[in-house]
Amino acid sequence: MAEQTSEIRYLAPQTTDVKKKKYCRFKKAGIKYIDYKDPEFLKRFLNEQGKLLPRRITGTSLKFQRRVAQAVKRARHLALLPYVTDMMK
Amino acid sequence: MNQYETVFILTPVLSDVQMKEAVEKFKEGAEIVNEENWGMRKLAYPIEKKSTGFYEFIEFNAEPSVVEKLEVNFRRDERVIRFLTTKQDKYAAEYAAKRRSLRQSKSEEA
Repeated sequence: MAEQTSEIRYLAPQTTDVKKKKYCRFKKAGIKYIDYKDPEFLKRFLNEQGKLLPRRITGTSLKFQRRVAQAVKRARHLALLPYVTDMMK
Repeated sequence: MNQYETVFILTPVLSDVQMKEAVEKFKEGAEIVNEENWGMRKLAYPIEKKSTGFYEFIEFNAEPSVVEKLEVNFRRDERVIRFLTTKQDKYAAEYAAKRRSLRQSKSEEA
């Protein structure tokens, strides 16, 4: 009898991934201005194709997400960042 | 008198002398606070069939009318393939000041 119970397969994965509390890194670090001139920093907010990551992934607040978007668009205008690429990182 | 910063890209085909002269041409009429040239850099995408460009960065204080004239000059000059002028709000100015002091300390060490 004992083995049978141990054989029971659990359908749902036992460990549901603990929900990491997202925080806005700009508020936490106290950054006030997002510079459009250094692409390395802005790359963290872009995915492989060079598209802007949504807030639910990066966790940034609305105010800073808009500033990041504006900075990225300016950097793209100045050819510091590509508009579209395949292998960004 | 507002604080502005402008970045513009010159075509790589110019000789050094022409490049210096082009940069000088845009400088009169404003009080230049800081000026850096990032030199020849690879562009993220080709502009006007060229894949490299000579980047120039200038921070200056000027009247809005001066900026308007500057932009007309940028558009008229065919050596400049791209330009972007932004007004510095107080956070941007603070950031720029910090960046300048950082650069100066680095250049002194180097």
